[in-house]
Amino acid sequence: MTLGPLLIGIYVFVLAGFVGFEMITKVPPTLHTPLMSGANAISGITVVGAVAAATTGEMTVANILGGLAIVTATINVVGGFLVTDRMLRMFGKKKK
Amino acid sequence: MSQEVMQSTVVPVIYLLSTILFIFGIKRLSKVKTARRGNALAAVGMLLAIIGALLELGVVDYRWIAGGMVIGTIIGLLFAIRVQMTSMPEMVALFNGFGGIASALVATSIYWDLVVQRGATGTVYETLGTDEAITVMLSILIGGITFTGSLIALFKLQGKLKKGQPILLPARHYITFGLLLASFAFGGIAVAAAAPDSIVWVLSLAAVSLILGILLTIPIGGADMPVVVSLLNSYSGVAASMAGFVIGNPLLIIAGAMVGAAGLILTQIMCVAMNRSLLNVLVGGFGVTDGGGGGGSDEYTSVTSCGPEEAAMLLENAESVIIIPGYGLAVAQAQHAVRELADLLKERGTKVTYGIHPVAGRMPGHMNVLLAEADVPYEELLEMDVINSEFKNTDVVIILGANDVVNPAATKDPSSPIAGMPILNAHEARSVFVVKRSLSPGYAGIKNELFEYDNTMMVFGDAKKVVQGLIGEVKDL
Repeated sequence: MTLGPLLIGIYVFVLAGFVGFEMITKVPPTLHTPLMSGANAISGITVVGAVAAATTGEMTVANILGGLAIVTATINVVGGFLVTDRMLRMFGKKKK
Repeated sequence: MSQEVMQSTVVPVIYLLSTILFIFGIKRLSKVKTARRGNALAAVGMLLAIIGALLELGVVDYRWIAGGMVIGTIIGLLFAIRVQMTSMPEMVALFNGFGGIASALVATSIYWDLVVQRGATGTVYETLGTDEAITVMLSILIGGITFTGSLIALFKLQGKLKKGQPILLPARHYITFGLLLASFAFGGIAVAAAAPDSIVWVLSLAAVSLILGILLTIPIGGADMPVVVSLLNSYSGVAASMAGFVIGNPLLIIAGAMVGAAGLILTQIMCVAMNRSLLNVLVGGFGVTDGGGGGGSDEYTSVTSCGPEEAAMLLENAESVIIIPGYGLAVAQAQHAVRELADLLKERGTKVTYGIHPVAGRMPGHMNVLLAEADVPYEELLEMDVINSEFKNTDVVIILGANDVVNPAATKDPSSPIAGMPILNAHEARSVFVVKRSLSPGYAGIKNELFEYDNTMMVFGDAKKVVQGLIGEVKDL
Protein backbone atom coordinates (compact mmCIF):
# COMPACT_ATOMS: atom_id res chain seq x y z
CA MET A 1 0.00 0.00 0.00
CA THR A 2 1.26 3.45 -0.83
CA LEU A 3 -0.28 6.62 0.44
CA GLY A 4 -0.43 9.59 -1.89
CA PRO A 5 -0.62 13.15 -0.57
CA LEU A 6 -4.43 13.18 -0.76
CA LEU A 7 -4.80 10.01 1.31
CA ILE A 8 -2.30 11.22 3.87
CA GLY A 9 -4.24 14.46 4.02
CA ILE A 10 -7.50 12.60 4.59
CA TYR A 11 -5.87 10.46 7.31
CA VAL A 12 -4.62 13.60 9.02
CA PHE A 13 -8.02 15.29 8.67
CA VAL A 14 -9.93 12.39 10.20
CA LEU A 15 -7.47 11.82 13.05
CA ALA A 16 -7.26 15.53 13.90
CA GLY A 17 -11.06 15.57 13.97
CA PHE A 18 -11.02 12.83 16.59
CA VAL A 19 -8.45 14.75 18.62
CA GLY A 20 -10.71 17.82 18.58
CA PHE A 21 -13.70 15.66 19.47
CA GLU A 22 -11.95 14.04 22.45
CA MET A 23 -10.62 17.31 23.81
CA ILE A 24 -13.93 19.06 23.79
CA THR A 25 -16.19 16.45 25.33
CA LYS A 26 -15.15 17.48 28.84
CA VAL A 27 -15.65 21.23 29.11
CA PRO A 28 -17.67 23.01 31.80
CA PRO A 29 -20.45 25.20 30.30
CA THR A 30 -18.73 28.24 31.80
CA LEU A 31 -16.05 27.87 29.19
CA HIS A 32 -18.23 27.17 26.17
CA THR A 33 -18.21 30.73 24.86
CA PRO A 34 -14.47 31.33 25.40
CA LEU A 35 -13.74 27.92 23.91
CA MET A 36 -15.86 28.65 20.87
CA SER A 37 -14.12 31.97 20.52
CA GLY A 38 -10.64 30.46 20.96
CA ALA A 39 -11.37 27.67 18.49
CA ASN A 40 -12.67 30.29 16.11
CA ALA A 41 -9.38 32.19 16.39
CA ILE A 42 -7.51 28.99 15.54
CA SER A 43 -9.60 28.63 12.39
CA GLY A 44 -7.85 31.82 11.29
CA ILE A 45 -4.95 29.45 10.54
CA THR A 46 -6.01 29.98 6.95
CA VAL A 47 -3.79 33.09 7.20
CA VAL A 48 -0.92 30.68 6.49
CA GLY A 49 -2.50 29.95 3.13
CA ALA A 50 -3.32 33.61 2.60
CA VAL A 51 0.28 34.84 2.84
CA ALA A 52 1.22 32.44 0.04
CA ALA A 53 -1.47 34.00 -2.15
CA ALA A 54 -0.21 37.60 -2.16
CA THR A 55 3.47 37.43 -2.95
CA THR A 56 4.00 39.53 -6.05
CA GLY A 57 3.03 43.03 -4.95
CA GLU A 58 1.30 43.52 -8.28
CA MET A 59 -2.22 44.75 -8.88
CA THR A 60 -3.51 41.43 -10.14
CA VAL A 61 -6.83 39.80 -9.27
CA ALA A 62 -5.11 36.87 -7.57
CA ASN A 63 -2.97 39.17 -5.49
CA ILE A 64 -5.89 41.38 -4.48
CA LEU A 65 -7.89 38.32 -3.44
CA GLY A 66 -4.87 37.07 -1.50
CA GLY A 67 -4.44 40.47 0.16
CA LEU A 68 -8.09 40.50 1.21
CA ALA A 69 -7.66 36.98 2.58
CA ILE A 70 -4.70 38.17 4.69
CA VAL A 71 -6.72 41.09 6.07
CA THR A 72 -9.79 39.01 6.95
CA ALA A 73 -7.82 36.08 8.36
CA THR A 74 -5.69 38.43 10.46
CA ILE A 75 -8.83 40.09 11.86
CA ASN A 76 -10.06 36.61 12.76
CA VAL A 77 -6.79 35.68 14.46
CA VAL A 78 -5.99 38.91 16.32
CA GLY A 79 -9.57 39.73 17.26
CA GLY A 80 -10.37 36.13 18.17
CA PHE A 81 -7.49 35.58 20.57
CA LEU A 82 -7.90 39.03 22.17
CA VAL A 83 -11.63 38.67 22.72
CA THR A 84 -11.09 35.20 24.20
CA ASP A 85 -8.46 36.62 26.53
CA ARG A 86 -10.81 39.41 27.60
CA MET A 87 -13.47 36.88 28.50
CA LEU A 88 -11.04 34.64 30.37
CA ARG A 89 -9.60 37.58 32.30
CA MET A 90 -13.07 37.87 33.81
CA PHE A 91 -12.75 34.40 35.29
CA GLY A 92 -9.23 35.01 36.50
CA LYS A 93 -9.96 38.00 38.69
CA LYS A 94 -12.36 36.29 41.08
CA LYS A 95 -11.66 37.22 44.67
CA LYS A 96 -11.96 34.70 47.44
CA MET B 1 21.30 27.91 6.50
CA SER B 2 20.36 26.95 3.00
CA GLN B 3 16.87 27.45 1.70
CA GLU B 4 16.70 23.71 1.13
CA VAL B 5 17.25 22.84 4.79
CA MET B 6 14.75 25.53 5.67
CA GLN B 7 12.07 23.99 3.47
CA SER B 8 12.72 20.36 4.29
CA THR B 9 13.37 20.61 8.03
CA VAL B 10 12.95 23.95 9.75
CA VAL B 11 9.55 24.88 8.36
CA PRO B 12 7.97 21.46 8.99
CA VAL B 13 9.32 21.44 12.55
CA ILE B 14 7.86 24.89 13.17
CA TYR B 15 4.49 23.73 11.83
CA LEU B 16 4.63 20.67 14.06
CA LEU B 17 5.39 22.81 17.12
CA SER B 18 2.51 25.05 16.16
CA THR B 19 0.17 22.04 15.91
CA ILE B 20 1.25 20.82 19.36
CA LEU B 21 0.68 24.27 20.83
CA PHE B 22 -2.85 24.32 19.36
CA ILE B 23 -3.60 20.96 20.94
CA PHE B 24 -2.28 21.99 24.36
CA GLY B 25 -4.03 25.32 23.96
CA ILE B 26 -7.45 23.80 23.33
CA LYS B 27 -6.86 21.24 26.08
CA ARG B 28 -6.13 23.99 28.60
CA LEU B 29 -8.99 26.12 27.35
CA SER B 30 -11.29 23.43 28.70
CA LYS B 31 -10.32 24.00 32.36
CA VAL B 32 -11.14 27.20 34.20
CA LYS B 33 -7.78 27.48 35.93
CA THR B 34 -5.67 27.02 32.82
CA ALA B 35 -7.97 28.53 30.21
CA ARG B 36 -6.21 31.85 29.87
CA ARG B 37 -2.81 30.22 29.48
CA GLY B 38 -4.36 27.83 26.97
CA ASN B 39 -5.53 30.71 24.86
CA ALA B 40 -2.08 32.30 25.07
CA LEU B 41 -0.46 29.01 24.01
CA ALA B 42 -2.74 28.79 20.99
CA ALA B 43 -1.89 32.39 20.11
CA VAL B 44 1.83 31.56 20.28
CA GLY B 45 1.12 28.57 18.06
CA MET B 46 -0.49 30.91 15.55
CA LEU B 47 2.49 33.27 15.67
CA LEU B 48 4.83 30.34 15.01
CA ALA B 49 2.61 29.23 12.14
CA ILE B 50 2.83 32.65 10.52
CA ILE B 51 6.61 32.76 10.98
CA GLY B 52 6.79 29.30 9.42
CA ALA B 53 4.65 30.43 6.49
CA LEU B 54 6.91 33.45 5.85
CA LEU B 55 10.05 31.28 6.01
CA GLU B 56 8.43 28.83 3.63
CA LEU B 57 7.83 31.62 1.12
CA GLY B 58 11.47 32.61 1.08
CA VAL B 59 12.28 35.89 -0.61
CA VAL B 60 9.18 37.42 -2.14
CA ASP B 61 7.57 40.83 -2.35
CA TYR B 62 6.43 41.31 1.26
CA ARG B 63 4.62 44.61 0.79
CA TRP B 64 1.12 43.19 0.40
CA ILE B 65 1.62 40.63 3.14
CA ALA B 66 2.86 43.26 5.58
CA GLY B 67 0.16 45.72 4.56
CA GLY B 68 -2.61 43.15 4.90
CA MET B 69 -1.40 42.01 8.30
CA VAL B 70 -1.10 45.55 9.64
CA ILE B 71 -4.59 46.46 8.44
CA GLY B 72 -6.06 43.21 9.78
CA THR B 73 -4.32 43.62 13.13
CA ILE B 74 -5.57 47.19 13.56
CA ILE B 75 -9.16 46.26 12.67
CA GLY B 76 -9.04 43.15 14.88
CA LEU B 77 -7.62 45.15 17.79
CA LEU B 78 -10.25 47.86 17.47
CA PHE B 79 -13.08 45.32 17.41
CA ALA B 80 -11.70 43.31 20.31
CA ILE B 81 -11.01 46.27 22.56
CA ARG B 82 -14.18 48.21 21.91
CA VAL B 83 -16.74 45.40 22.10
CA GLN B 84 -18.97 45.23 25.17
CA MET B 85 -19.02 42.01 27.16
CA THR B 86 -22.73 41.66 26.38
CA SER B 87 -21.97 41.70 22.65
CA MET B 88 -19.47 38.84 22.71
CA PRO B 89 -21.75 36.47 20.76
CA GLU B 90 -22.00 39.02 17.95
CA MET B 91 -18.24 39.44 17.93
CA VAL B 92 -17.62 35.69 17.68
CA ALA B 93 -20.09 35.53 14.79
CA LEU B 94 -18.34 38.39 12.99
CA PHE B 95 -14.83 36.96 13.41
CA ASN B 96 -16.11 33.61 12.31
CA GLY B 97 -17.46 35.16 9.13
CA PHE B 98 -14.07 36.71 8.41
CA GLY B 99 -12.36 33.37 8.92
CA GLY B 100 -14.76 31.71 6.49
CA ILE B 101 -14.38 34.28 3.75
CA ALA B 102 -10.59 34.21 4.16
CA SER B 103 -10.52 30.51 3.26
CA ALA B 104 -12.77 31.11 0.26
CA LEU B 105 -10.53 34.01 -0.86
CA VAL B 106 -7.37 31.91 -0.54
CA ALA B 107 -8.88 29.20 -2.75
CA THR B 108 -10.18 31.71 -5.30
CA SER B 109 -6.83 33.50 -5.41
CA ILE B 110 -4.91 30.28 -6.08
CA TYR B 111 -7.40 29.29 -8.76
CA TRP B 112 -7.17 32.72 -10.36
CA ASP B 113 -3.38 32.76 -10.31
CA LEU B 114 -2.77 29.27 -11.69
CA VAL B 115 -5.74 28.91 -14.02
CA VAL B 116 -6.68 32.38 -15.24
CA GLN B 117 -3.61 34.60 -14.96
CA ARG B 118 -1.11 32.08 -16.23
CA GLY B 119 -3.33 31.41 -19.23
CA ALA B 120 -3.69 27.67 -18.67
CA THR B 121 -5.13 25.89 -21.69
CA GLY B 122 -6.07 22.46 -20.31
CA THR B 123 -8.95 21.71 -17.96
CA VAL B 124 -9.00 23.00 -14.40
CA TYR B 125 -8.33 19.58 -12.90
CA GLU B 126 -5.35 19.06 -15.19
CA THR B 127 -3.95 22.46 -14.24
CA LEU B 128 -4.48 22.30 -10.47
CA GLY B 129 -4.58 18.54 -9.94
CA THR B 130 -7.90 16.80 -9.29
CA ASP B 131 -7.74 16.88 -5.47
CA GLU B 132 -6.74 20.53 -5.43
CA ALA B 133 -9.43 21.49 -7.94
CA ILE B 134 -12.15 19.80 -5.89
CA THR B 135 -10.98 21.29 -2.60
CA VAL B 136 -10.79 24.76 -4.20
CA MET B 137 -14.49 24.47 -4.99
CA LEU B 138 -15.29 23.12 -1.49
CA SER B 139 -13.34 25.97 0.14
CA ILE B 140 -15.32 28.51 -1.87
CA LEU B 141 -18.64 26.82 -1.08
CA ILE B 142 -18.09 26.31 2.66
CA GLY B 143 -16.24 29.60 3.17
CA GLY B 144 -18.96 31.55 1.34
CA ILE B 145 -21.77 29.94 3.35
CA THR B 146 -19.85 30.63 6.57
CA PHE B 147 -19.37 34.29 5.65
CA THR B 148 -22.93 35.34 4.86
CA GLY B 149 -24.39 32.91 7.40
CA SER B 150 -22.27 34.48 10.13
CA LEU B 151 -23.26 38.00 9.07
CA ILE B 152 -26.96 37.10 9.19
CA ALA B 153 -26.39 35.51 12.62
CA LEU B 154 -24.70 38.73 13.70
CA PHE B 155 -27.67 40.85 12.59
CA LYS B 156 -30.11 38.49 14.26
CA LEU B 157 -28.17 38.59 17.52
CA GLN B 158 -28.34 42.38 17.35
CA GLY B 159 -32.12 42.08 17.04
CA LYS B 160 -32.18 43.42 13.49
CA LEU B 161 -33.91 41.64 10.57
CA LYS B 162 -37.47 41.48 11.91
CA LYS B 163 -36.11 41.63 15.46
CA GLY B 164 -34.42 38.29 15.00
CA GLN B 165 -37.70 36.55 14.17
CA PRO B 166 -37.56 33.70 11.66
CA ILE B 167 -38.03 34.87 8.07
CA LEU B 168 -39.85 32.17 6.15
CA LEU B 169 -39.83 32.33 2.36
CA PRO B 170 -42.42 30.33 0.47
CA ALA B 171 -41.06 26.97 -0.72
CA ARG B 172 -37.82 27.77 1.09
CA HIS B 173 -36.79 24.13 1.45
CA TYR B 174 -37.02 23.60 -2.29
CA ILE B 175 -35.11 26.80 -3.00
CA THR B 176 -32.35 25.89 -0.56
CA PHE B 177 -32.09 22.33 -1.75
CA GLY B 178 -32.10 23.47 -5.38
CA LEU B 179 -29.31 25.96 -4.73
CA LEU B 180 -27.27 23.36 -2.91
CA LEU B 181 -27.59 21.03 -5.90
CA ALA B 182 -26.73 23.94 -8.19
CA SER B 183 -23.60 24.69 -6.18
CA PHE B 184 -22.40 21.08 -6.53
CA ALA B 185 -23.18 21.21 -10.23
CA PHE B 186 -21.34 24.51 -10.75
CA GLY B 187 -18.34 23.26 -8.77
CA GLY B 188 -18.29 19.98 -10.68
CA ILE B 189 -18.55 21.69 -14.05
CA ALA B 190 -15.82 24.16 -13.05
CA VAL B 191 -13.46 21.31 -12.15
CA ALA B 192 -13.99 19.61 -15.51
CA ALA B 193 -14.19 22.73 -17.65
CA ALA B 194 -11.41 24.07 -19.86
CA ALA B 195 -9.53 26.82 -18.04
CA PRO B 196 -10.98 29.85 -19.90
CA ASP B 197 -14.56 28.54 -19.61
CA SER B 198 -14.32 27.79 -15.92
CA ILE B 199 -14.35 31.40 -14.69
CA VAL B 200 -18.10 31.85 -15.06
CA TRP B 201 -18.76 28.59 -13.17
CA VAL B 202 -16.43 29.47 -10.31
CA LEU B 203 -18.04 32.90 -9.98
CA SER B 204 -21.51 31.29 -10.08
CA LEU B 205 -20.44 28.89 -7.35
CA ALA B 206 -19.19 31.82 -5.24
CA ALA B 207 -22.46 33.72 -5.75
CA VAL B 208 -24.64 30.70 -4.93
CA SER B 209 -22.65 29.91 -1.78
CA LEU B 210 -23.09 33.48 -0.52
CA ILE B 211 -26.85 33.29 -1.19
CA LEU B 212 -27.02 29.87 0.50
CA GLY B 213 -25.45 31.26 3.66
CA ILE B 214 -28.23 33.86 3.84
CA LEU B 215 -31.08 31.46 3.02
CA LEU B 216 -29.89 28.83 5.49
CA THR B 217 -29.79 31.31 8.35
CA ILE B 218 -32.78 33.65 7.92
CA PRO B 219 -35.48 31.07 8.81
CA ILE B 220 -33.82 30.42 12.18
CA GLY B 221 -34.86 32.60 15.10
CA GLY B 222 -32.52 34.81 17.15
CA ALA B 223 -32.52 32.55 20.20
CA ASP B 224 -31.24 29.60 18.16
CA MET B 225 -28.28 31.65 16.96
CA PRO B 226 -25.86 30.04 19.45
CA VAL B 227 -26.42 26.73 17.72
CA VAL B 228 -26.00 28.38 14.34
CA VAL B 229 -22.84 30.29 15.26
CA SER B 230 -21.37 27.13 16.74
CA LEU B 231 -22.15 25.20 13.59
CA LEU B 232 -20.75 27.98 11.40
CA ASN B 233 -17.64 27.91 13.58
CA SER B 234 -17.35 24.27 12.65
CA TYR B 235 -17.81 25.17 8.97
CA SER B 236 -15.05 27.78 9.07
CA GLY B 237 -12.74 25.11 10.47
CA VAL B 238 -13.63 22.75 7.66
CA ALA B 239 -13.15 25.57 5.13
CA ALA B 240 -9.64 26.18 6.52
CA SER B 241 -8.99 22.45 6.29
CA MET B 242 -10.06 22.42 2.63
CA ALA B 243 -7.73 25.36 1.98
CA GLY B 244 -5.05 23.17 3.58
CA PHE B 245 -5.72 20.46 0.99
CA VAL B 246 -5.46 23.08 -1.77
CA ILE B 247 -2.02 24.30 -0.70
CA GLY B 248 -0.90 20.93 0.65
CA ASN B 249 -0.32 22.18 4.18
CA PRO B 250 -1.00 19.67 7.00
CA LEU B 251 -1.10 22.43 9.62
CA LEU B 252 -4.23 23.90 8.05
CA ILE B 253 -5.76 20.46 7.67
CA ILE B 254 -5.16 19.58 11.34
CA ALA B 255 -6.13 22.91 12.90
CA GLY B 256 -9.19 23.17 10.66
CA ALA B 257 -10.32 19.63 11.44
CA MET B 258 -9.93 20.17 15.20
CA VAL B 259 -11.99 23.37 15.04
CA GLY B 260 -14.53 21.59 12.87
CA ALA B 261 -14.93 18.83 15.46
CA ALA B 262 -15.05 21.34 18.32
CA GLY B 263 -17.85 23.32 16.69
CA LEU B 264 -19.86 20.16 16.05
CA ILE B 265 -19.56 19.01 19.66
CA LEU B 266 -20.67 22.35 21.02
CA THR B 267 -23.56 22.38 18.58
CA GLN B 268 -24.60 18.95 19.77
CA ILE B 269 -24.35 19.95 23.45
CA MET B 270 -26.65 22.91 22.81
CA CYS B 271 -29.21 20.87 20.89
CA VAL B 272 -29.32 18.23 23.64
CA ALA B 273 -29.93 20.97 26.21
CA MET B 274 -33.00 22.11 24.27
CA ASN B 275 -34.14 18.55 23.60
CA ARG B 276 -34.25 19.36 19.91
CA SER B 277 -32.46 17.76 17.04
CA LEU B 278 -29.97 19.72 15.01
CA LEU B 279 -32.27 19.26 12.03
CA ASN B 280 -35.18 20.78 13.93
CA VAL B 281 -33.07 23.85 14.69
CA LEU B 282 -31.71 24.19 11.16
CA VAL B 283 -35.08 23.79 9.45
CA GLY B 284 -36.03 26.94 11.31
CA GLY B 285 -39.31 28.65 11.94
CA PHE B 286 -39.41 27.44 15.55
CA GLY B 287 -42.23 29.11 17.49
CA VAL B 288 -43.74 30.59 14.32
CA THR B 289 -45.09 27.74 12.25
CA ASP B 290 -47.71 26.58 14.71
CA GLY B 291 -49.07 30.15 14.74
CA GLY B 292 -50.54 30.54 18.23
CA GLY B 293 -53.24 27.87 17.84
CA GLY B 294 -53.27 26.72 21.45
CA GLY B 295 -57.09 26.74 21.80
CA GLY B 296 -57.25 30.15 23.43
CA SER B 297 -55.06 29.05 26.33
CA ASP B 298 -52.42 31.59 25.40
CA GLU B 299 -54.11 34.26 27.50
CA TYR B 300 -52.99 34.70 31.06
CA THR B 301 -55.85 34.68 33.56
CA SER B 302 -54.52 34.77 37.09
CA VAL B 303 -51.24 36.61 37.23
CA THR B 304 -50.11 38.26 40.43
CA SER B 305 -47.71 41.14 40.18
CA CYS B 306 -45.91 43.17 42.77
CA GLY B 307 -43.31 45.91 43.07
CA PRO B 308 -39.76 45.79 44.42
CA GLU B 309 -40.96 46.71 47.95
CA GLU B 310 -42.96 43.54 48.40
CA ALA B 311 -40.25 41.46 46.80
CA ALA B 312 -37.67 42.94 49.16
CA MET B 313 -39.82 41.99 52.15
CA LEU B 314 -39.80 38.36 51.11
CA LEU B 315 -36.07 38.52 50.48
CA GLU B 316 -35.59 39.88 53.99
CA ASN B 317 -36.61 36.59 55.56
CA ALA B 318 -35.21 34.28 52.95
CA GLU B 319 -32.45 31.94 54.01
CA SER B 320 -31.67 30.81 50.51
CA VAL B 321 -32.06 32.57 47.17
CA ILE B 322 -31.44 31.24 43.70
CA ILE B 323 -31.07 33.69 40.83
CA ILE B 324 -31.91 32.45 37.33
CA PRO B 325 -30.50 34.74 34.65
CA GLY B 326 -31.66 34.77 31.04
CA TYR B 327 -31.29 36.84 27.92
CA GLY B 328 -33.20 39.71 29.56
CA LEU B 329 -30.28 40.13 31.96
CA ALA B 330 -27.89 40.57 29.05
CA VAL B 331 -30.18 43.02 27.26
CA ALA B 332 -30.59 45.13 30.39
CA GLN B 333 -26.86 44.81 31.25
CA ALA B 334 -27.99 44.01 34.77
CA GLN B 335 -25.07 41.79 35.76
CA HIS B 336 -23.34 44.34 38.03
CA ALA B 337 -26.59 45.23 39.77
CA VAL B 338 -27.27 41.52 40.32
CA ARG B 339 -23.87 41.02 41.93
CA GLU B 340 -24.50 44.01 44.19
CA LEU B 341 -27.85 42.60 45.26
CA ALA B 342 -26.30 39.19 45.90
CA ASP B 343 -23.56 40.80 48.03
CA LEU B 344 -26.16 42.67 50.07
CA LEU B 345 -28.12 39.49 50.68
CA LYS B 346 -24.99 37.56 51.58
CA GLU B 347 -24.06 40.22 54.14
CA ARG B 348 -27.42 39.53 55.74
CA GLY B 349 -26.59 35.84 55.95
CA THR B 350 -28.65 34.66 52.99
CA LYS B 351 -27.26 31.91 50.80
CA VAL B 352 -27.21 33.07 47.18
CA THR B 353 -26.52 30.85 44.18
CA TYR B 354 -27.20 31.11 40.46
CA GLY B 355 -28.98 28.51 38.36
CA ILE B 356 -27.56 28.44 34.86
CA HIS B 357 -29.55 26.73 32.14
CA PRO B 358 -27.30 25.45 29.35
CA VAL B 359 -29.13 27.48 26.71
CA ALA B 360 -29.82 30.62 28.72
CA GLY B 361 -28.76 33.67 26.77
CA ARG B 362 -27.52 33.79 23.25
CA MET B 363 -24.42 31.61 23.43
CA PRO B 364 -23.31 28.65 25.52
CA GLY B 365 -21.89 30.00 28.72
CA HIS B 366 -23.20 33.48 27.87
CA MET B 367 -24.53 33.96 31.40
CA ASN B 368 -21.28 32.73 32.92
CA VAL B 369 -19.29 35.29 30.99
CA LEU B 370 -21.64 38.13 31.91
CA LEU B 371 -21.69 37.26 35.60
CA ALA B 372 -17.93 36.74 35.62
CA GLU B 373 -17.60 40.25 34.23
CA ALA B 374 -19.43 41.43 37.34
CA ASP B 375 -17.01 39.43 39.56
CA VAL B 376 -19.52 36.79 40.57
CA PRO B 377 -17.40 33.86 41.84
CA TYR B 378 -17.85 31.01 39.44
CA GLU B 379 -18.36 28.52 42.28
CA GLU B 380 -21.75 30.19 42.80
CA LEU B 381 -22.89 29.42 39.26
CA LEU B 382 -24.52 26.02 39.38
CA GLU B 383 -25.46 23.93 36.40
CA MET B 384 -28.97 22.66 35.85
CA ASP B 385 -28.31 19.07 37.01
CA VAL B 386 -26.71 20.25 40.22
CA ILE B 387 -29.21 22.90 41.20
CA ASN B 388 -32.47 21.22 40.24
CA SER B 389 -32.61 19.19 43.45
CA GLU B 390 -32.16 22.35 45.53
CA PHE B 391 -35.22 24.32 44.47
CA LYS B 392 -37.45 22.37 46.87
CA ASN B 393 -35.47 23.71 49.81
CA THR B 394 -35.14 27.24 48.49
CA ASP B 395 -37.09 30.20 49.83
CA VAL B 396 -36.95 32.62 46.94
CA VAL B 397 -36.12 32.26 43.26
CA ILE B 398 -35.52 35.40 41.22
CA ILE B 399 -35.88 34.88 37.49
CA LEU B 400 -34.24 37.66 35.52
CA GLY B 401 -35.27 37.76 31.90
CA ALA B 402 -35.52 34.00 31.44
CA ASN B 403 -38.72 32.38 30.18
CA ASP B 404 -38.88 29.09 28.31
CA VAL B 405 -36.09 27.52 30.39
CA VAL B 406 -38.31 27.68 33.50
CA ASN B 407 -41.63 26.74 31.89
CA PRO B 408 -43.05 23.72 33.76
CA ALA B 409 -45.09 22.84 30.65
CA ALA B 410 -41.91 21.24 29.31
CA THR B 411 -42.21 18.47 31.90
CA LYS B 412 -45.99 18.42 32.47
CA ASP B 413 -47.68 18.94 29.12
CA PRO B 414 -46.69 16.36 26.49
CA SER B 415 -48.41 18.42 23.77
CA SER B 416 -46.32 21.51 24.45
CA PRO B 417 -43.89 22.52 21.70
CA ILE B 418 -41.11 22.43 24.29
CA ALA B 419 -42.20 19.11 25.83
CA GLY B 420 -39.19 17.17 27.03
CA MET B 421 -36.83 20.13 27.18
CA PRO B 422 -34.96 19.98 30.47
CA ILE B 423 -35.88 22.99 32.59
CA LEU B 424 -34.82 24.59 35.82
CA ASN B 425 -37.46 23.56 38.39
CA ALA B 426 -37.91 27.08 39.69
CA HIS B 427 -41.59 26.42 40.43
CA GLU B 428 -40.64 24.08 43.29
CA ALA B 429 -39.30 26.96 45.37
CA ARG B 430 -41.44 28.58 48.03
CA SER B 431 -41.69 31.91 46.24
CA VAL B 432 -40.77 32.83 42.71
CA PHE B 433 -40.22 36.34 41.38
CA VAL B 434 -40.25 36.72 37.65
CA VAL B 435 -38.64 39.95 36.53
CA LYS B 436 -39.78 40.60 33.00
CA ARG B 437 -40.81 43.57 30.91
CA SER B 438 -44.19 42.14 29.93
CA LEU B 439 -46.09 38.88 29.61
CA SER B 440 -44.94 38.47 26.04
CA PRO B 441 -43.95 34.90 25.16
CA GLY B 442 -40.37 33.74 25.02
CA TYR B 443 -38.62 32.28 22.05
CA ALA B 444 -40.81 29.20 21.82
CA GLY B 445 -43.79 31.50 21.30
CA ILE B 446 -45.90 29.88 24.02
CA LYS B 447 -47.33 30.99 27.30
CA ASN B 448 -45.46 30.18 30.49
CA GLU B 449 -47.79 28.61 33.04
CA LEU B 450 -45.28 29.34 35.78
CA PHE B 451 -46.47 32.95 35.64
CA GLU B 452 -49.91 31.83 36.84
CA TYR B 453 -48.72 29.68 39.71
CA ASP B 454 -49.80 30.70 43.20
CA ASN B 455 -46.23 31.00 44.41
CA THR B 456 -45.21 33.21 41.49
CA MET B 457 -45.16 36.99 41.46
CA MET B 458 -44.41 39.02 38.39
CA VAL B 459 -42.26 42.10 38.83
CA PHE B 460 -42.69 44.01 35.59
CA GLY B 461 -39.85 46.15 34.35
CA ASP B 462 -36.35 46.28 32.95
CA ALA B 463 -34.14 43.75 34.79
CA LYS B 464 -31.53 46.33 35.75
CA LYS B 465 -34.03 48.90 37.04
CA VAL B 466 -35.93 46.29 39.04
CA VAL B 467 -32.74 44.90 40.60
CA GLN B 468 -31.58 48.41 41.46
CA GLY B 469 -34.99 48.98 43.04
CA LEU B 470 -34.53 45.80 45.05
CA ILE B 471 -31.09 46.92 46.18
CA GLY B 472 -32.56 50.19 47.43
CA GLU B 473 -35.34 48.40 49.30
CA VAL B 474 -33.05 45.78 50.84
CA LYS B 475 -30.70 48.53 52.05
CA ASP B 476 -33.63 50.23 53.77
CA LEU B 477 -34.71 47.11 55.62
